[in-house]
Parts: sequence; structure tokens; C-alpha cells
Amino acid sequence: MLDPVVLAAQGAGELQSGLTAIGRGIVYGGAAIGPGIGIGLVVGNAITAMARQPESAGTVRTTMFLGIAFTEALALFGFVLAFIISG
Amino acid sequence: MILGIDFPPITHVTRWPDIWFADTPFAINKTVLIFIASVVITLAFFFVAGRRHQLVPTGVQGLAESSIDFVRDSIILQTIGPEGMGYLPFLITMFFFVFFINIFEILPFIQFPGNARIAVPLFLALVVWFIFNIVGIANQGFFKYIKNSVVPPGVPAAILPLMVFIEFISTFIVRPFSLAIRLFANMLAGHLILVTFAILTAAIWGSAVYFKIGAAFPFALLIALTAFEILVSALQAFIFTILTGVYIGLSMHPEH
Repeated sequence: MLDPVVLAAQGAGELQSGLTAIGRGIVYGGAAIGPGIGIGLVVGNAITAMARQPESAGTVRTTMFLGIAFTEALALFGFVLAFIISG
Repeated sequence: MILGIDFPPITHVTRWPDIWFADTPFAINKTVLIFIASVVITLAFFFVAGRRHQLVPTGVQGLAESSIDFVRDSIILQTIGPEGMGYLPFLITMFFFVFFINIFEILPFIQFPGNARIAVPLFLALVVWFIFNIVGIANQGFFKYIKNSVVPPGVPAAILPLMVFIEFISTFIVRPFSLAIRLFANMLAGHLILVTFAILTAAIWGSAVYFKIGAAFPFALLIALTAFEILVSALQAFIFTILTGVYIGLSMHPEH
């Protein structure tokens, strides 16, 4: 019963929408890996900097948000692409 | 039917029926009303704040003055420098305009961030694109500006063509695109998360009577996420404004 050809004959639309859903999941999941690591690095180093030099916390925080914004953009491209993929 | 909840297609939570002028290019729906309301609120906010100058600011005037201080100290001085003070009206208006559109996400009975449709983010990004290019050309001259934008300093001649190509794409195409996508996708994601937990709560509440207690968990998370979305609304407005400042600053003072 799990033969793809049989499944396709039973309901091509269902198979297609299922595969589309899987594809969307892979696209967003893959796009989130790198930015996830990247944002972790950015924030972690910002916290280190703030702990070492609390008087520079304001500047570091602004720069941290900038770094987050640039890194996060890649994940958001994946998020938008996941919706653009249509079955 | 707890495990098999039907999530509505994305168009159901972002596309609203036309209210007036249906089927014309000037059709007005909920999103357009949010945009118009944001323009009016931004205008009214600064009009009320500047109507009667008081030596010791109170109420709206105090809020407006502290927000001007905030934009000046943490956006303009950090990214452009003292010579960027002329951009203060533009940046502060943009901050409040974006923020007011975003904050409709958590207002009861409206609960839709206008920026979850890409129209306004894309248009604002286009405005920013024109501004930073014009500022760069006006400050450095056309050819010097293009050269400073696409030729990174200290690159070996062998890979220079590749670097010029990459820098051109990243400066003139990816910059405005990512500016628009960042705002749009953040607000859309926040809206979808709130919709998800609202649907979950409603579905569990509508189930058999002994399951109703389970609705408390998604409902508590819904409230917590609503508070989180207030933070996101302000943060995205801030990031949009500060990135505009960064781009204008880069056009004014090229890296050496």
C-alpha cells in the first residue's frame, strides 16, 4: 500500500500536498539552522562584552540588535520561501 | 478531534474582504484602514505634542520629547554621527509609523499587524533605497560613490571581479529586499503564532467536557506571546529605523 505509484493513483492531490508540506518544513528548518547558530554567537559574545565592560553596555546592545537583524534575515528568507512553495 | 485540527490556509488570516470600492485598485479593506489609522495617529501624536510648548513637558509632549531623545542618542549618534541630525524628523516619523502599524497586532478586535502584508514594508524599503543612494551620490559624487560601494578595500586583484559582483548584489539588491522582508516576515510570523494558539485554544475548548481544562495551557501561552509581540513590534520598528540610519551613515562616510 505504501508504493508511491499506488498512492499516486489513489490520490495524486493528497500525495502532492503532503510532499509540499514536507518540502516547506525542510526549507524552513534548513534555513533556521545557520541563523540559529549565528544569533547564538552574536548574543553570547555581546553578553561577554557587557559582563567585561558594563559601562559600554549601551553601545554593545545597539550593535547586538544590528547583528541579530542581519543574521536573522536569512532565516526570514527561508520563512517566506516556505510560503512561496506551492503544491 | 484534538490532534487533527484544521489550520486555515494562510490567505484566511492575512487577506481581508474589501469594504469599499471593491474590485478597483483603490479598494479599501482592513489592512488599508490600519495604514490610514497609523498615518492619522502618527500625525495626531506629534501635532498634540507640539501644540502647546511647555517648559516642563508633561503627558504627550513628554513622551514625544523622550522618544526624540531616544532616536537621537541611540540611533543617529550611533550610526550617522552628529552631522546626521537633519534626518531626525524622517527617522522618528518612520519609527512611529512602523510601530503603530505593528501594534495593531495585539489590539483586541483588530489583531492584525498591517505589516504582515508586504506593501508598506516594501514601499518604505524603496524609500530608504532611494534616500541612501541619493545621499551617497550627493556626498561623494556618482562614480566615487559607486566605487566605494562595490570595491572593498584591500582585496587582491585576482578575486576583485567576483568581490565587485557580490558587493554590488549585496548593496543595491539584497539591502532593500532584506529590509522589507525582515519587517514583513517578523510580523507575519508573530501573527501566525498568535493565530495558531488562538485556534488551538478554541478547538480544545470546543471538545468533550473533560478536555476543556486543557485549553488553559495554550491560552496561557497565548497571553505570554501577546506580551512578547508588544516587544517584537517595538523592536522591529527600532531595527528598521536603525538600519536606515546605518545605510545613510555608510553612504555619508565610506569605509576606508
